[in-house]
Amino acid sequence: MYTWQKVTKFLSRGSVIFTFLLFLLAVIVDQTDMGTVPLRVFVGVSALNFTLRAAVPLMLGAMSGILCERSGIINIGIEGMMLAGAFGAFAVKVQTNAMPLGLSLFLSTLTALLLGGLMAYIHALLSIRYKVDQIIGGTVIIMLAAGLSSYFFNPNWMSVGKFGTIEIPLLSSIPVLGRVLFSNGLITYIALLLVIFLHVMLFHSRWGLRTRAVGEHPRAADTVGINVNRVRYVNTVLGGMVAGLAGAFLVLEAVGQFKEGMTAGRGFIALAAMIFGNWTPVGAFGASILFGYTQALQNELLLAGIVDIPRHFISMLPYVVTIVVVAGIVGRTRPPAAIGKVYESE
Amino acid sequence: MEESTTTEESLFKTAWQTLQIPLLAVLTAFLTGAVVMLLSGDNPLVAYWGLLQGALGDLGALSRTLRRATPFIFTGLSVAFAFKAGLFNIGASGQFMIGTICSVAVGINFEGLPGIIHLPLALLAGILGGALWGAIAGWLKVWRGAHEVITTIMLNYVASLFAAWTVFAGGTGGQRPGPLSDPVAAARAISETRHVYDSARIPRILPGILDRVHWGIIIALLVALLIWWLLQKTTWGFEIRTAGKNPHAADYAGMRVGRTIVLSMAVAGGLAGLAGAVETLGLNYKFAPEFTGGAGFEGITIAMLGQLHPLGVVISSFLMGALDAGAAKMQFDSGVSREIIQVVQALVLAFVAAPSIIRSLYRLPEKGKGRVRRLGWG
Repeated sequence: MYTWQKVTKFLSRGSVIFTFLLFLLAVIVDQTDMGTVPLRVFVGVSALNFTLRAAVPLMLGAMSGILCERSGIINIGIEGMMLAGAFGAFAVKVQTNAMPLGLSLFLSTLTALLLGGLMAYIHALLSIRYKVDQIIGGTVIIMLAAGLSSYFFNPNWMSVGKFGTIEIPLLSSIPVLGRVLFSNGLITYIALLLVIFLHVMLFHSRWGLRTRAVGEHPRAADTVGINVNRVRYVNTVLGGMVAGLAGAFLVLEAVGQFKEGMTAGRGFIALAAMIFGNWTPVGAFGASILFGYTQALQNELLLAGIVDIPRHFISMLPYVVTIVVVAGIVGRTRPPAAIGKVYESE
Repeated sequence: MEESTTTEESLFKTAWQTLQIPLLAVLTAFLTGAVVMLLSGDNPLVAYWGLLQGALGDLGALSRTLRRATPFIFTGLSVAFAFKAGLFNIGASGQFMIGTICSVAVGINFEGLPGIIHLPLALLAGILGGALWGAIAGWLKVWRGAHEVITTIMLNYVASLFAAWTVFAGGTGGQRPGPLSDPVAAARAISETRHVYDSARIPRILPGILDRVHWGIIIALLVALLIWWLLQKTTWGFEIRTAGKNPHAADYAGMRVGRTIVLSMAVAGGLAGLAGAVETLGLNYKFAPEFTGGAGFEGITIAMLGQLHPLGVVISSFLMGALDAGAAKMQFDSGVSREIIQVVQALVLAFVAAPSIIRSLYRLPEKGKGRVRRLGWG
């Protein structure tokens, strides 16, 4: 048990350090002759690129969770909000194929935000107005999004075009770092900036203070004149929009098409990243990179085919790592105190 | 004489009070589903008529309904049982998978064993497999404080990958076939098991009349009764319900809450595992990765709709079974995509979990009835 704690402590405190180390190693491997095949699998530029691509929806999902949960609303429905966003983005993209690509992508992304927000609004209504258990409410959102997206989905639809790579001048020519960080699609940049933005807002703004007050001690917040439930509605809907953006990323930047159930548990892994990051944006970012890396590793190992392990077991990697990580953080993370509790002013 | 009418009347009243929310929730969900269909240009009347025909229209339809209801009873009980202990089991599909492969492993081995031993052994393997899978989540919660919502979901993915591996036909890259894969099928690159021996199959109740209904449904009803007895009539059931309502009080009263959590998840997992075993030994007779058996989130809707009561779960399972069975005919007759059923199920869950929506819609008096404990991240 002692070693276990040490290992997981290292993992969690280190997830940001881990991100840094990963880069450092990648630079070394890339710039020297050390880049033999097995090392490249673990820390090659392609592995890092894949890590970021896998981490973006997790990051956005975790930010969505933080927005809701910091104000006291449990959100296990991220998966559903993501799926709704992905479907909305796809449906509009297909309808606007004929338009100029930029406009079409803009409209599709907007739809994803709206649908994610709408799903979150339903969740907020159920949780706040109708006092439904928030875990059940989240389940409703997941089922509803899965059902509606499958019902309206037309397998003959084809979307044409997606967000292209934007190379940031100068920065993108930095070895390794430039190719990984500064040569991405638009939503990836937005996601990275959102982490910083949310961190600043949450801990250094009026809004952030109010949000945290509502999540920690709603009664006190109410006493000083904060409308507790209004903050919760606003934050939950904002969270839903961010989850919708994660869906838009999947369809408009990563895959280019929609598939039924394409979120494949990402909403839940994002939830784990949020918990692992102790409900902080930067912590959740580190956790998302860690989880993204396990997916990249899975992918690289499968491609390279260098280990004699059945592919099913390699595919389990992201899920098993999630379990191990969530099981490793007992006592060191703390959810907002008033989470999941209905607030009624007196 | 007078007295007996009043008791009858009050009995009727209690029955109505218990049933009004679930009944109206289902009705409202269907109406909302109809609105969705109207919005997308489908005709809900034709669709629902087709649904009814497909679910109860003839013996074949009835047989399909009962056949679909069978695994639902187990998974509904699984979710309801965990809920009673204050746990949210969204891992029924993983437990179902593990139960399935365990029962198949017994079923395709031990040739020549008499049915009276072989079948119970295979069922038991399914229960144990599912119980083990469920207990992992319970144990992680007690030992490490890992929330079961996340662990059970992740275990679902692990379970389906694991199950897929056991029957894997072997890969192009020289990957070895899985331990349960059928060599004959594997030679044609099909990933599945052999058929289980006749001695491990659950017989049909009325072959030729209700073609797809096997004794599994009787097992399901007996298990529902057993769960009711366990929860209401035993000390352990009392401990579970106390731990579910107030773990601190249970702890204070000297009950071993940790043990209760692990065992409750084991029972919940065992029930879902049994669903997999019964589905396989009664109907499919083999396993292939695409046999998910429909043990997804339906169990949650069923448990909530049944108000967490075993009898309620059984009734809800028949309803969900009917929806599932009728969906194909509905799609065929009316062209309405069968996924609308999933939407209706989600709506049923929403309305049954939010009685205040139903009450305000139908102008029912608000009642401060004790609800189940909130789940939370705790």
